[in-house]
Amino acid sequence: MVKNILIIGATSAIAETVAREYATQGHKLYLIARNEPRLTTIAADLRIRGAADVVVATMNVSNFSTHHSVIEKAYVALNTIDIVLIAYGALPDQKALEKSAENTVESCNTNALSVISFLTILANRFEEQSRGTIAVITSVAGDRGRHSNYVYGASKAMISVFLQGLRNRLHHSQVHVLDIKPGFVDTPMTAHIKKGGPLWAQPEAVAKDIVKSIENKKDILYTPFFWRYIMLIIRSIPEAMFKRGKL
Amino acid sequence: MRLSGWGNYPIIDAGSHSPQSIIDVSACLLNKNALIPRGLGRSYGDSSLAPQILSTLSLNHFIAFDATTGVLTCEAGVSLADILSTFVPKGWFLPVTPGTKFVTVGGAIASDVHGKNHHVDGSFSDHVHSFQLIIADGSGIECSRILHPELFHATCGGMGLTGVIVSATIALKRVQSAYIDETVIKAKNLEEVFNLFEEHQASTYSVAWIDCLSSGEFLGRSLLMLGEHAKEGGLIARKKKRLTIPFNMPSLLLNQYSISAFNALYYHKQREQVAERRVHYDSYFYPLDCLHHWNRLYGKNGFTQYQFVLPKSAGLEGMTAVLKEIAASKRGSFLSILKAFGPGNKNYLSFPMEGYTLALDFKIALGLFDLLDKLDSIVLHYGGRIYLTKDVRMPELIFKQSYTKWPDFVKIRTQYGADKQFHSLQSSRLGL
Ligand SMILES: Cc1cc2nc3c(=O)[nH]c(=O)nc-3n(C[C@H](O)[C@H](O)[C@H](O)COP(=O)(O)OP(=O)(O)OC[C@H]3O[C@@H](n4cnc5c(N)ncnc54)[C@H](O)[C@@H]3O)c2cc1C
Ligand SMILES: NC(=O)c1ccc[n+]([C@@H]2O[C@H](COP(=O)([O-])OP(=O)(O)OC[C@H]3O[C@@H](n4cnc5c(N)ncnc54)[C@H](OP(=O)(O)O)[C@@H]3O)[C@@H](O)[C@H]2O)c1
Repeated sequence: MVKNILIIGATSAIAETVAREYATQGHKLYLIARNEPRLTTIAADLRIRGAADVVVATMNVSNFSTHHSVIEKAYVALNTIDIVLIAYGALPDQKALEKSAENTVESCNTNALSVISFLTILANRFEEQSRGTIAVITSVAGDRGRHSNYVYGASKAMISVFLQGLRNRLHHSQVHVLDIKPGFVDTPMTAHIKKGGPLWAQPEAVAKDIVKSIENKKDILYTPFFWRYIMLIIRSIPEAMFKRGKL
Repeated sequence: MRLSGWGNYPIIDAGSHSPQSIIDVSACLLNKNALIPRGLGRSYGDSSLAPQILSTLSLNHFIAFDATTGVLTCEAGVSLADILSTFVPKGWFLPVTPGTKFVTVGGAIASDVHGKNHHVDGSFSDHVHSFQLIIADGSGIECSRILHPELFHATCGGMGLTGVIVSATIALKRVQSAYIDETVIKAKNLEEVFNLFEEHQASTYSVAWIDCLSSGEFLGRSLLMLGEHAKEGGLIARKKKRLTIPFNMPSLLLNQYSISAFNALYYHKQREQVAERRVHYDSYFYPLDCLHHWNRLYGKNGFTQYQFVLPKSAGLEGMTAVLKEIAASKRGSFLSILKAFGPGNKNYLSFPMEGYTLALDFKIALGLFDLLDKLDSIVLHYGGRIYLTKDVRMPELIFKQSYTKWPDFVKIRTQYGADKQFHSLQSSRLGL
């Protein structure tokens, strides 16, 4: 059966890899992102890989007033949505944010509040259709506030908690809610960080995990799997000790 | 970041740029000093090494595909593996493929790679209709045999020294099956395998594995492997699980005795004179791809592949001279591959010419380069040359005496400002 899949933040490296998996399986894709030329390139590629159809729409997610109409348009094109994946996010420069309340709020707007806005609109739609999967990429960074990136971490944590509640609510309507928590992934977002070593994953591996977890209706995905254990340890370090470190 | 070619020698520290789109490539060239394009780094030596590299791996999109003619346009960072897994199920195959599918389209053009069908189908660039090249000043030039033909012929086989190929249009080939009907024939020495190559000229694919440590009347004993696309078997692009070599192996594991034992076993494994079987394309073309990082088998000092071609006129005599030198050195090569080439093409620096090519792997060790220098002079004496994409040590003089069109290549490089923008460790060594 051909599925209708909506991706918000479709130019993200992780999202694009997920889209390729679905295209190869012959599904229909509706892609939203802000960079139009890249979106066009990605759409042509996905069609050749076997997508039943690819529709694109451009928007800036910080433009909250357009959220309703953007989702409305997607529903007009797709009629029903089987899977929505919210993938966008930006890794801010923590040090710079510390000097600017304005930029800190702006970062939270992008990484947290805009996602909450989309989720609020989508939740009602999914509740109505009584089926489907809502999947959001958060991060292991949301599992514990850290010296080096707590603004980003707090935004991701906000979504994760929101998703927990939403999962409870939508469970009664047979809607699946998936929280995706990647560890370190080799994508443009992390281009400036020195890479290598066993902790770094390729987007392909993460995408495979995401597709599988959507199929298996998993609640929370740590990807690659070992991050579940790493974060278990990091969460269990006593605050008194943690605050002395510089993680 | 730490970078090396497939041979893990040399290993250098380099800055890396990863443009996310074709437009980004231009911006990158305008802002940066000299650099060299790099695909999947499957060239063995220092062709894709420089203090600054431009990685094409994010340029990995298909752009257009004509399902009736099999003509594909894609970005240059698309890998051959990606093309196969996407198009084999639709009944299309690569027109030419090297012995690994983990190379990019850009890399395949820049090295003008050849496959087991060179004697009938030529090399990779012979199936390229056109490509877009971003030159030193950041502008894009469409190149084909009609548009900027001289730049086309300089770029195919030009080792990234004319500009960055960002997209290409290539012709895929129709197949009815993902399987290959393979015939393996034993040859007890070099003369026998040469005769077999001649005899089986009409075979689409042919290549011989050769035991380079045997000597005397068995000098050059080999297994000739012929192949034809099967008519049945289905079109599944099978994805095999890959095994990984997790770290560099102690290089002592590969020595004269282990290699000689392996070669003897391999040769005698097949009892019959002629054996036939049907195999999936993945095991036929890419037997080593299922062993991820197999280059680590050679240990932390790395290895090199010495691949040369001798023109037909050199015949048995030339190849015998080289093999004798190697057998005497007792430096075994695990993998030695012999192949007959058809006529070469018009590209300035492409490797193939009508004759025979031999590829040998050697681990980097004291005295190795002296041996290779000796081999160079034999190759040069018989009018042959050495494959740039495998090379890591060829002296400038040998290069200039064997690649006789190099002055024309340099002229085109200068004409397009490439001499100021594109340099690899190899190009500096070769005086390009
Ligand atoms: C196991 C194995 C088997 C092989 N078998 C064969 C074989 O049978 N036949 C054969 O011909 N070769 C063979 N090769 C060699 C391989 O096909 C070539 O080295 C190929 O060029 C590697 O492609 P790459 O994408 O890894 O390029 P890289 O190694 O990254 O680069 C190779 C060269 O291409 C240039 N280049 C790369 N991308 C671009 C671009 N977009 N624009 C301009 N220049 C570019 C680089 O500057 C460099 O000079 C083999 C290699 C391995 C490891
Ligand atoms: N990479 C990692 O190590 C890692 C780890 C944990 C979690 N994550 C999360 O994974 C998700 C995907 O990231 P990625 O790794 O794939 O990185 P990426 O390729 O850089 O993708 C980030 C995406 O977010 C988009 N974006 C950022 N701000 C936006 C805005 N205001 N409006 C619209 N789009 C915006 C970007 O769009 P443009 O292309 O237009 O800029 C881009 O498509 C993100 O939510 C990230 O937080 C990543």
